[in-house]
Amino acid sequence: MIQFTDVYKRYPNRYEALSGLSFHLNKGEMAFLTGHSGAGKSTLLKLIALIERCSHGQVLVNKQNLTHLPKRKIPYYRRQIGLVFQDHNLLHDRTVFDNVALPLVIAGENHREIGRRVRASLDKVGLLGKERNLPIALSGGEQQRVGIARAVVNRPAILLADEPTGNLDPDLSRDIMQLFEQFNQVGTTVFIATHDHDLIHTLPYRQIQLHQGRLAKREVE
Amino acid sequence: MSLSTIMTNYFLRHVQVMLFSLGQLWRQPVASLMTVTVIGIALALPAGLFVLQQNMTTVSEQWDDSNQITLFLKTTISQVEGKQLSLDLKKWPNIAQVQFQSAAQSLSEFRQLSGLGDLLDSLPNNPLPAVIIIYPAEDIVSPDAIGSLLARLEAMPQVEQAQLDMEWLQRLRSINETIHRGISILAILLSLSVLLIIGNTIRLAILSRQSEIKVMKLVGATDRFVRRPFLYTGFWYGLVGGIVAWITLMLTLSVISSPIDELIGHYGSNFDLQWFSLTMLTTLPSIGVVLGAAGAWLAVSRHIHMIEPN
Ligand SMILES: Nc1ncnc2c1ncn2[C@@H]1O[C@H](COP(=O)(O)OP(=O)(O)OP(=O)(O)O)[C@@H](O)[C@H]1O
Ligand SMILES: [Mg+2]
Repeated sequence: MIQFTDVYKRYPNRYEALSGLSFHLNKGEMAFLTGHSGAGKSTLLKLIALIERCSHGQVLVNKQNLTHLPKRKIPYYRRQIGLVFQDHNLLHDRTVFDNVALPLVIAGENHREIGRRVRASLDKVGLLGKERNLPIALSGGEQQRVGIARAVVNRPAILLADEPTGNLDPDLSRDIMQLFEQFNQVGTTVFIATHDHDLIHTLPYRQIQLHQGRLAKREVE
Repeated sequence: MSLSTIMTNYFLRHVQVMLFSLGQLWRQPVASLMTVTVIGIALALPAGLFVLQQNMTTVSEQWDDSNQITLFLKTTISQVEGKQLSLDLKKWPNIAQVQFQSAAQSLSEFRQLSGLGDLLDSLPNNPLPAVIIIYPAEDIVSPDAIGSLLARLEAMPQVEQAQLDMEWLQRLRSINETIHRGISILAILLSLSVLLIIGNTIRLAILSRQSEIKVMKLVGATDRFVRRPFLYTGFWYGLVGGIVAWITLMLTLSVISSPIDELIGHYGSNFDLQWFSLTMLTTLPSIGVVLGAAGAWLAVSRHIHMIEPN
């Protein structure tokens, strides 16, 4: 599903964030991306989401070669990927419902379908009662769940998360991880960058560990 | 999905975005009102000046009809010769009407108007010349045509002097033309500034929504999708600005209409206020919408594609 072949990423300041990276993630797999701060985890996820382009090498996602994807096709490509961020990236002047509906509105879904899917998605993350609230009226954990609901509302094949539990206490973090596991169980490929070693050691998923932009080691359960 | 469903969906989405943009303006009433007022004034000003200038044209056109040339004959010309001359002149194709006034008639007219009868009686002979008043043919209205007629008359041996009574009318006409061009330039400049005002307002709106735009692009929004609400914002600014311009214009006209009526009433004005206000009610908002959409387009085409998630 996601395949990196000898990928380099050099930022304009000539800093090499990723060097000669190769790995493969299977369809329907769930994996963690770990490594010290500055190891290149966010950079790697940005290459998959085409927020950045690699300087050298090849990135294949869902059989598409990202190196050759023209800029005008990026929006349509991104609709196959759900993104979850540490700082939620919610729109603060729109209700929870409107935030979650955004990917569907963008994709041009009709009204009834939007209502049905948004409610299904909010139901999954346990926020069905809060759809009329503004994001600021929610706790940090709830906001993160709104972000997740938005990421999965158009049933993407791939779910990427960059430190989704970064600001949450251990109990909430476990809840969030369980959510990701549920999505994985229905076939979504899930890839999560995280620092939270205590949490992921208890979970039976592969870890891809980075060290200074290179693959450190692979642990396969 | 049938074609008509797709069309309906597309149409509904546009209506939604339109209303959404209007709602956003509504939520910042003071800022929106200020922008719309500036646009309104900028559009109303040239429109108002055009009304005044239009009326001035009407007045000067009315006066055009009263073009006439006065020929002062040499004192050596007798009354019979003078009369004959006026009959000859009447046959000219570029002269419509002539009116002969003998030296004696000139004297009595002057006596009447001036009240200096005693003084005139004491003079040994009549100092006033005979006069022929000439009304040029209807098609002789351009300054050139009148000028050449004037020159021909002046060159005749019997004529002491030919004088165009309304030379100042030409001056009025060229002043009028100058004003007309000035207003046209002003209108262009003000339209340009409306374009830039809207463009700049939209640019600020885009910049203040940068993080929102990034989020939308992250969940798959095309540039076109991101652009749409800003284009509609420009549309609303232009439309409401045009309506404000119309209201401003109508209020101003109602204040100055009675002196204008008085002025042009004397000259049988064909200025129809009702027709004018209807025309302006469609023209001003249309111009506003075009300028608003164009200004917004300038801003979105420069800024939206540069805002990318990072
Ligand atoms: N836009 C950028 N321009 C220049 N250098 C960058 C940019 N983004 C990241 N880097 C550099 O690339 C390296 C990897 O950054 P990255 O954000 O991928 O690390 P990370 O593993 O996600 O770290 P953290 O755990 O702190 O989030 C860092 O040294 C960082 O300074
Ligand atoms: Mg990071």
